[in-house]
Amino acid sequence: MFFRMIKGVLIRQRKKMLMIAVTVALGVSLATAVLNVMLDVGDKVNQELKAYGANINVIPRGAFLLNDLYGIDMENGISDKYLDESQIGNIKTIFWSFNIVDFTPYLELSGKANNEKVKIVGTWFNYELKLETGEFRTGMKNLKTWWQVSGAWLEDSDADAVMVGSIYASRNGIKTGDKITLNVADAVREFTVKGVFDSGSSEDEYVYLPLSVVQEMAGLAGKVSRIEVSALTTPDNELALKAAQDIKSLSIKEYETWYCTAYVSSISYQIEEVITDAVAKPIRQIAESEGAILDKTQLLMLLITVLSLAGAAVGITNLVTASVMERSQEIGLLKAVGAKDSAVILLIFTEILITSTVGGIIGYFVGLGFAQIIGQTVFSSAIAIKAMVIPIIAVSVFVITLIGSIPSIKMLLSLKPAEVLHGR
Amino acid sequence: MNVLELKNISKIYGSLKALSEIDLVVKKGEWLAIMGPSGSGKTTMMNIIGCLDKPSSGSVILDGKDIAKENAAGLTAIRRDKIGLIFQQFHLVNYLTALENVMVAQYYHSMPDEAEALQALEKVGLKDRAKHLPAQLSGGEQQRVCIARALINSPMLILADEPTGNLDEANEGIVMDLLQGLHDDGSTVIVVTHDPEVAEKAQRTVILEHGRIARIIENSSAEKADET
Ligand SMILES: Nc1ncnc2c1ncn2[C@@H]1O[C@H](COP(=O)(O)OP(=O)(O)O)[C@@H](O)[C@H]1O
Ligand SMILES: [Mg+2]
Repeated sequence: MFFRMIKGVLIRQRKKMLMIAVTVALGVSLATAVLNVMLDVGDKVNQELKAYGANINVIPRGAFLLNDLYGIDMENGISDKYLDESQIGNIKTIFWSFNIVDFTPYLELSGKANNEKVKIVGTWFNYELKLETGEFRTGMKNLKTWWQVSGAWLEDSDADAVMVGSIYASRNGIKTGDKITLNVADAVREFTVKGVFDSGSSEDEYVYLPLSVVQEMAGLAGKVSRIEVSALTTPDNELALKAAQDIKSLSIKEYETWYCTAYVSSISYQIEEVITDAVAKPIRQIAESEGAILDKTQLLMLLITVLSLAGAAVGITNLVTASVMERSQEIGLLKAVGAKDSAVILLIFTEILITSTVGGIIGYFVGLGFAQIIGQTVFSSAIAIKAMVIPIIAVSVFVITLIGSIPSIKMLLSLKPAEVLHGR
Repeated sequence: MNVLELKNISKIYGSLKALSEIDLVVKKGEWLAIMGPSGSGKTTMMNIIGCLDKPSSGSVILDGKDIAKENAAGLTAIRRDKIGLIFQQFHLVNYLTALENVMVAQYYHSMPDEAEALQALEKVGLKDRAKHLPAQLSGGEQQRVCIARALINSPMLILADEPTGNLDEANEGIVMDLLQGLHDDGSTVIVVTHDPEVAEKAQRTVILEHGRIARIIENSSAEKADET
C-alpha cells in the first residue's frame, strides 16, 4: 500500500513533483559539470602550462659550476661532464614520481653542418622507457607541445634523419627533404631533413637528432649532458624558501614535511638523490605559477559546486514546504484515519527522495554535457568523466533532500487534523 | 453498555467557551443526532468524541477508557482502532482511487485487503467505480467512498459531521440510508446535522446552543436503542 501511495503521488501529481525534480536536476547538473571539470582541470591546466617548458633542469655537478661562472657560452655551453643515460629512469622512482609528467635527456655538442659551425643536440622524441613499474613514454614531443613543426617530428628510431631549427634553416636555405652533412667529433655522415621547427627561442638555431645517433657519432655511448624535467609542483611557501636557502637549517620535522610535499625544490632534491653527480636546478617562476593557478581554479570551482548545491537545497526547502502546506488536508486525513507521525514523514520523505533521485540522475547526465561544453570552450578538449563524482553527487542529493525536508517535517509534526479537516 | 460518556466537558479557545459543562451518555448501538445553530459547538464536540482534540476540562470515557489522559500518539491509536470518521468536505486523497482510499484506512489500521475494500465499496453501491479517482466521482459518490472508508475497520463508533451538508437531496437520501443501514447492522452512529428530517431518523437528538446542551429529544418514532 505504501508503494501504491508513492506511485499515486509520483504518477498522478507528477506536475508538482516535476518542479522538485527540475530544481535538483539544475543544481546537480551544475555540480556535476563543475566537479568533473575541477577533477580534470589539473591535467588540463598542466597541459596548458607545459607549453612553458620544463621546470627542472638536471646537469652534471661540474658543469653546474662552469655554467654558473662563465655563463652559457663555455665552448657553446658544452661541458665535458656527462650524466649517465641508464640512470634517467630513476627519476620515475622518487617519492613524487607521479608528479613527474615528462622528461627528456640532451646530449649537446658542437659540430658542423655543411661545414658550418652549429650546435648539435641528441634527444628523445617519443621514447618508450622501460621501468620496473611499466612503460613510460616521454620525450620532446610531449615536452615541447608548442613547437610548430613543418614536415614531421623525428622518431627515436630514425637513423639518418634530422630536425633543424627555423632560424638555422632559413639562414642556410634548407627545407624539408634536403640532405645535409654533419660533422660530430671525427664522424661525418649525411642526413635528410625530416622537419623544420619553430620554437620561438634559441633552439631554432640548433640541429636535432635521436640521442643514440649523436652518442654513436661522438663516441659517447650512454652519456647525456643534461635532462629537462616537467613536474607538477606545489607553490612555494616559507618552508620551501627556507629549504631552498639551506636544507641543513631545517629541523627533522620540517625536513620531513618539506620532503613529503611536492615543492619544486624537494622534487629537485629527490632527483639529485637518484642520479649520480647531478645537480637539479628549478626553473622557479614557471613551477610556481603552475601550482598557484591550479590551486586557485580548483578553489573557485569547489565554491561554485557548493553554491549550486546550496541553491538547490534552498529551492527544495521552499518547494517541499509549499507542497506540504498545500497537502495539509490530505496529511490531516491520513493522521485522522490513524497514520502515525513517523508513517506520514516516511511517506512524504520517500516521495521527495525518489523525485530528487530522478532529478539527480537527469541532472548528472545533463551535467556531463555541460562539462564537455566547458571543456571545449575553455580547453578545446574533452573533459575526462570521473567516476568519483557519482558518489559525491549521490550523497549531496540525499543530504540536500534531507535538509530541504526539515522545515516541512517540522510543520507536519505540528499539524493537527482537527484544525485542517473542518476547513477552518 | 455505554460506548461513550462525556462528563462535565468544557472546551475553551482563548476567551471563548466553545463547549460548557457537557454531560452525555451514548449507548452501544444507539443512533444519536446533534443539532444546533452554526457556531454552537457541534464540530468541537465531535472532534473531542472522535479523539481529534482534547477537552479543556472534564473526562471522556470511550469504551471504558478516559481519553483525556492520552497524548497525541495515544489518541491516534484510539482513533485508528475505534472510530470511523465522515466529514462534510469528504476529504479523499485525490491521487488515490476510490478503492485505494478505502485501503489507506486498512493500511494504517492493520493490513490492506483489496477484496474486503471492494466489498465495502459494493456495500455503498460503488463497486464499479473502484478504479476512479475522486475527481472523477460526483459529490454523493465521494461521500459514499468516505462511508466505505469509515466502516472498513468495523469501528465501534461512527461519527459524521454534517455528512450531507454539501450534497443535493437525492444524494442526501442515499447517504442517510447508508448510515441507517450501518445503524441497523448494530453500529453506534453519531450524526451532526442541520436537517430536522435527518435528525428525526435518529433515536435521540441533542440540541446544542452556545456550547451547552439546550435539550435532548427522545424520538419515539425511531426504534429503541439496543439495551445490551
Ligand atoms: N481552533 C479554534 N480556535 C478558536 N476558536 C475556535 C476553534 N474551533 C472552534 N472555534 C470556535 O468555537 C465555536 C464553536 O465552533 P464549532 O464547534 O465549529 O461550531 P459548529 O460546528 O457548531 O458550527 C465557534 O465560535 C468557533 O469560532
Ligand atoms: Mg461544524
